[in-house]
Amino acid sequence: MKKTFQCEAKIENLNTATAFLEETLEEIGCGMKESMQLSVALEEIFVNIAHYAYAKTDSSGKIIPDTGSGQMSLTLVAEDGKVYMTFEDEGIPYNPLEKKDPDVTLSVEEREIGGLGIYMVKKSMDEITYENKDGKNILTLMKKL
Amino acid sequence: MLNINILKDGEKAVYVLEGRLDTSTAPQLEEAVNGNISELKDISFDFANLEYISSAGLRVLLSTQKTMNKQGKMVIKNVSEEVMEIFDVTGFSDILTIE
Repeated sequence: MKKTFQCEAKIENLNTATAFLEETLEEIGCGMKESMQLSVALEEIFVNIAHYAYAKTDSSGKIIPDTGSGQMSLTLVAEDGKVYMTFEDEGIPYNPLEKKDPDVTLSVEEREIGGLGIYMVKKSMDEITYENKDGKNILTLMKKL
Repeated sequence: MLNINILKDGEKAVYVLEGRLDTSTAPQLEEAVNGNISELKDISFDFANLEYISSAGLRVLLSTQKTMNKQGKMVIKNVSEEVMEIFDVTGFSDILTIE
């Protein structure tokens, strides 16, 4: 099974992308736990792309979220008891795997608000690959069912 | 979609959540909590009907916990197995009070 969903990289399209994923997972009989992990992974990656992939920079080179626009696609492949989610965009090259993991053992006072999204994706997926090819960010997440 | 039912009694409030706590709905919860928080000493969240939580939801819980550590207590009740898994992975099960 292979399906592709394409949309403008905007937060308001997140719910449609999630519905696309969840319908497909239901069709293939995915369990509740795996389904939630895949939905969370989709949300975290989608939100990053929507905020930053096409964002413009200010005069000092600082990225201003939600300032640009462009296309993104999500391709789902289900085979051999595995689900693959591939995200593609033509925005600023960005490898989320290079992001430093937050320290999840800190106390409430020491914990910073944010920075958990990519970490949750890394922890819940079985394999993540990133490549930048032909001007595209291509990120593939694989989860065994 | 998130429904928030607030049961308030003096300095105590229970937030009963139903649906999804995600990027789209987390601002709703933040607003509902921040509207009362200055007068509260005891906050609980009832997650019995919460189906889903992402990092956007965790952010609201962490900032509320930070505030409540200074002025009272905060408890989360009826956490589902799927949500608990997210709390475990992110270390939130160590910093939140879960009953």
